[in-house]
Amino acid sequence: MPRVGRLAITLALLAAVAGGLAFAGVNLTSQPTTVDYTSLPGQPVNVTMQTVGSYGSGIHATWVSYMTRTSGGQWLHTTVWQVPAHRRIDVTIYQYDSGSPLRNQQIGMVQGTIGDVATLNGKTFRVINTNAGNGVGHTFSMPSLGINVPLYGNNSNANLCGAAPCSTASPHNIIKFSFMSPGPGTYPWQCFVPCALGFLYGNGGPMQTVGWMDGFMKVVA
Amino acid sequence: MPGDAERGEGSNDPVAVGAGDLSGAGGRSGRVTNEVRHGWRMIGLWVVLSAIADPLFYYLAGPHIPPGTMSNTANGAQFDFNILFIAALPVMLAVWIYMAYAIINWRASRGGPEPVGGPKARSNLPVQMTWIAFTTALVLFLFGFGTYELVQPEGAGGGQGPAPVWTPASHDVLPIQVIGQQWKWTYRYPTFGGFETTDLVVPDHTAIAFHVTSLDVIHDFWVYQLGVKADANPGQDNVAYTTPDQLGSFIVRCDELCGLWHGAMYNSGEVVTPAQFQSWAEATERQLAANTKFLPPFAWTYTPDANGADGGYYPDNVDPYSPVETYGASQPGEPLPATSTTKDKK
Repeated sequence: MPRVGRLAITLALLAAVAGGLAFAGVNLTSQPTTVDYTSLPGQPVNVTMQTVGSYGSGIHATWVSYMTRTSGGQWLHTTVWQVPAHRRIDVTIYQYDSGSPLRNQQIGMVQGTIGDVATLNGKTFRVINTNAGNGVGHTFSMPSLGINVPLYGNNSNANLCGAAPCSTASPHNIIKFSFMSPGPGTYPWQCFVPCALGFLYGNGGPMQTVGWMDGFMKVVA
Repeated sequence: MPGDAERGEGSNDPVAVGAGDLSGAGGRSGRVTNEVRHGWRMIGLWVVLSAIADPLFYYLAGPHIPPGTMSNTANGAQFDFNILFIAALPVMLAVWIYMAYAIINWRASRGGPEPVGGPKARSNLPVQMTWIAFTTALVLFLFGFGTYELVQPEGAGGGQGPAPVWTPASHDVLPIQVIGQQWKWTYRYPTFGGFETTDLVVPDHTAIAFHVTSLDVIHDFWVYQLGVKADANPGQDNVAYTTPDQLGSFIVRCDELCGLWHGAMYNSGEVVTPAQFQSWAEATERQLAANTKFLPPFAWTYTPDANGADGGYYPDNVDPYSPVETYGASQPGEPLPATSTTKDKK
């Protein structure tokens, strides 16, 4: 083979390897945007999220997902947010998805919030019987802090929102609860309902991906 | 330390000298005498150092060897580890002593002849037979000891699995069901109304039967300090026994790679006195009553049927509100464990 040919093949292989490494590096190290709530003055910190049954666009249009609203009111496709340490965190979740009985009713109970309670459309509750009514669509759970809040589902026969971000014109439930942020650190949170459409056991895809049904609470001093 | 005279004596055939001919077969009589002396020196060193090192390890390091002595199973694991180490230590010393002795005594002298092989370097029947007999005896001991420890009462293998060959003699066994799911552990206490909690609290000096299962993928229930480790398989009741001997806290980890937050799948538990346990269990039973009534009846396993988790893809063709879709709904009619008297102690 001529020298020029060998050189071309070598350069092509090197370029392919470099491209592969760059692709892997970018994809393995990238993380969804962090919504910063630490700059907000006073107490408490308000964290607002929504759940949508299908994101509605992109390569994972059918994936179920959480969204987070910035303090400026913009909905971002992220599940990573940052809060100050040892502050009261008031969480509001707009739940736009339907529900079903839980695989484990243990997570139908509110735990780890202030007073071990949450409110559903303004009414206080501690437990949801997921075998009745609309069941539970998702949970907001932070096992390391013992926090678990079931999110009551919407009627699956209703005209539910199918593309994020959803607006309050679509059927929804509003769940509110509060907890105290711990010391500085990174705390994972997740949905415990196996809600991944089209995946074995309902546990794949968005259930295994940060930015969809898993996220981080970053606590800073 | 042998002088140069000894090294020099075998300098024409240093490898033959290094082979340590204990038999005295072949070679000059002076060299044979020296080789025998080297052999017995090494054996003597080995015996003395082993006799010192083994008790030192057992009595000084042994009590601190993981997993500690928080339960009878942890204690058993620590004992087994110490015995195996004591068996291995003389082997390690034999290798080190031989190496050190050879380096000191039979090193090539500066400007001397290069080591060469020869008939004496290839075979020495007495040494070979001694080595084979020694290692065979050691391996047979390890096999016998390991097998006995595995199947004996309270051994790691006899009292674990879906069908344990050994069960505690005590009728006062507290059953605790361990349920794994992505990504947390929950615990059901069937003798206290079947409440389910994320807190693992156990009484000391009480036989515990952990019934380990999973609602989704394979997890592994690993309570390091209690010396308990059992796979959590969906649809399987994996039993592991232990009896805590010390008060204190312990860590529960998942030891089977199970998804995104396998690494975060841990929590802590506590060994308390029986009275404290009784008080905690009764209070928790009352506290969780509102949710317990919605839990499925207690069963040894829960086929992961709910919400499409029946081995198919979510959503499946079954009405999500049909009985088979509810966690634990269609279970074989196994009776609730009624043997525990822990609750009756009050």
